Amino acid sequence: MDLTLDFPKVKAIVESSTEKVDSLIDSYAGNKEQLISLLQDIQAEFNYLPQDVLVKVSQKLDIPLSQVFSVVTFFRAFTLKPRGRHLVTVCLGTACHVKGGSRLVEKVERDYGIKPGDTTEDMRFTLETVNCLGCCALGPVVVVDGKYESKMNPDKLDRVLRGYK
Amino acid sequence: MVEQVRKLLEKRVESVAELEKLRQSIVDKKDSSRTCISVCGGTACRAAGSEAVVDAFIDEIEKRELQVQVEMKETGCHGFCERGPLVVIEPKKIFYQQVKPEDVTEIIAETVLGGKVVERLLYVDPVTSQKITYEPDVPFYKRQTRTIFGANGEIDPTNIEDYIASGGYSALSKVLTGMKPQQIIDEIKKSGLRGRGGGGFPTGRKWQSCRDAKADIKYVICNADEGDPGAYQDRSLLEGNPHSVLEGMIIGAYVIGSHHGYIYVRNEYPLAVRHARIAIEQAMDYGLLGENIMGSGFDFTVTINKGGGAFVCGESSALMASLEGKIGEPKAKYVHMSEKGLWDSPSLLNNVKTWANISLIINKGADWYSKIGTAGSKGTMIFSLVGNINNTGLVEVPMGITLREMIFDIGGGIPNGKKFKAVQTGGPSGGCIPEQFLDTPVDFDELTKLGSMMGSGGMIVMDEDTCMVDVAKYFVEFLKGESCGKCTPCREGINRMSEILSGITRGKGKREDLDTLEDLAGILSAGALCALGQTAANPVLSTLRYFRDEYLAHIDEKKCPAGICRELIQYSIDPEKCQGCLRCLRACPTGAITGEKREAHTLNRGLCIKCGACYDVCKFNAVIRQ
Repeated sequence: MDLTLDFPKVKAIVESSTEKVDSLIDSYAGNKEQLISLLQDIQAEFNYLPQDVLVKVSQKLDIPLSQVFSVVTFFRAFTLKPRGRHLVTVCLGTACHVKGGSRLVEKVERDYGIKPGDTTEDMRFTLETVNCLGCCALGPVVVVDGKYESKMNPDKLDRVLRGYK
Repeated sequence: MVEQVRKLLEKRVESVAELEKLRQSIVDKKDSSRTCISVCGGTACRAAGSEAVVDAFIDEIEKRELQVQVEMKETGCHGFCERGPLVVIEPKKIFYQQVKPEDVTEIIAETVLGGKVVERLLYVDPVTSQKITYEPDVPFYKRQTRTIFGANGEIDPTNIEDYIASGGYSALSKVLTGMKPQQIIDEIKKSGLRGRGGGGFPTGRKWQSCRDAKADIKYVICNADEGDPGAYQDRSLLEGNPHSVLEGMIIGAYVIGSHHGYIYVRNEYPLAVRHARIAIEQAMDYGLLGENIMGSGFDFTVTINKGGGAFVCGESSALMASLEGKIGEPKAKYVHMSEKGLWDSPSLLNNVKTWANISLIINKGADWYSKIGTAGSKGTMIFSLVGNINNTGLVEVPMGITLREMIFDIGGGIPNGKKFKAVQTGGPSGGCIPEQFLDTPVDFDELTKLGSMMGSGGMIVMDEDTCMVDVAKYFVEFLKGESCGKCTPCREGINRMSEILSGITRGKGKREDLDTLEDLAGILSAGALCALGQTAANPVLSTLRYFRDEYLAHIDEKKCPAGICRELIQYSIDPEKCQGCLRCLRACPTGAITGEKREAHTLNRGLCIKCGACYDVCKFNAVIRQ
């Protein structure tokens, strides 16, 4: 597997954070069963899971790299691709679905040319979907960078997204 | 440092008597006539802006130097999410809804200081058009039995003393001083409590088999991996009253002889994680968790694990695999998890709501508890009433209440004058129940008989504009994404169902497809490894059973009666109604609509992508969808 990174800028960030990576891994003190929690912390730090960091995790925790990757690709919460500057999460829980949530996804797909999981070329937006955020009273819900936008429609969403550069 | 240690030691409760002393001292300190402003801090109210309201109250109280007279509290979810942010002024329980930061000055001046009610912030009953002043009088709350969920609106979840003051940890002291483990199990069995996570397995029996299992190490697990879309009561309970869950877990651990427990909670629930973490730290400080709990010699600690966002991890063996740091694949359960679970040790796993029921049963007794509910399902259940319904929110009702009471009396019916079509219960493992069964009592067995299930308590109401084939497709697509892929019936069967349903919604369906769907359903329920696959066909089977005519309309007439399935609908503009306002023309992403100002517009079907943008913006009902 090619473990070089596609994004030179990101590589620079990861390298400069080696100490951070080490301390994160060390904070789990070789506890193999805490792999998922460790990966969550790493993702919180970098917004995604850089591949060379995963190699390090595998070496330091003595877990086969294949197993690390199987965990990373199994769970929805993890991503191997760098995310954009703004994360747009559209809720597609049942309540949001019956209130038209999928039309919001289509709106972003159409306007920005990205599918769920993708990032725009200029790294402005990453589009993701979630199966329920549990604020069904406010549906359809879209979360942009952690801010909840409630009772959305395609037109309102358009106005909201224009505010994020 | 020494000072800190001394303070910590002072807090520690070394015996049951000390807990009672502490409780009394907290209660004595409280002045029940003092005004308390409680703002709902549940996730939905926060999303609606409650944090800004809290800040505004704090500022205003400081500005007017009212810190002594007025207490300010941010509580857990009150349940009536539709109307958030919610503010309740104690002791009278004056109920203000949709409060904004700019309303705060008026509330302090008029209500807190002036003793008057701010009329414009009151809730208006849509049925009687009357304004309602006090929280318990709101119809949404009035018909509920809030035994577990009630404290949510009264206590600050980040302050253990609030929980203790309300009688918290008294069940634990009762257990540690006077009850033998077997006695506790007998009491739980007698109460008739069944697991609230979905399956409805008798809790007492599960506890018994875990206690009887011979092993040095045992584990207690709280399943807070609430993956059902449209259900959020576990989150609200863990956010709003985490100690009630912890207390249940400590009692469970004492019964089976476990010294370590886990709370497995969804990563999408950051507030629940934070509050559970605070609760664990505080319980440790007070000696209610950790070594030598309340001087009894019993040790128990709890760790929080965040889930990775896989629906299948709500299944016990998959959850335990994930706790072990592996991928969340379920195992065949020849042996129960209660005998051989986490790291092959006996593991007692219960849902958040089940744990929260335990202290209630211990405190009030099995006889009291078993009086609530139906013959086969005891106690109350918390439902999340969502979808096309007026009063969206969390509702705690006794088992046996009818669907009609839930939807029309508590839920306030369907908005915008639309007709009720179906209610979906049990999440992706459940089914859709049509109007003719609205008088069915809600309990584990009755819902199963209708081809649905209780599940985690999600209740999604659907109006006449919902396409039932699309709903079935939605759930199957959901499960397609969430199937772990380990066993063939689930991996392949769900994929085939998804293809067929997608064909039907695109007008490519054949009558034989319906037989194939039923065949696949049989294979899934007989052959899949875990409940995800075994119940995956329920949304399809129940819609086929009750809404077959809708499937046939899609297949025979190539029409979607609800106007949802894109390939089967057409948009056009009614020239009679069109006022030529240009709104739809501007909204159309493909330029399919043309026309001049104040002249009827025309829609070019060749360019139309059926996104519905014109339909949404038209104020004259001139856009026709058929």
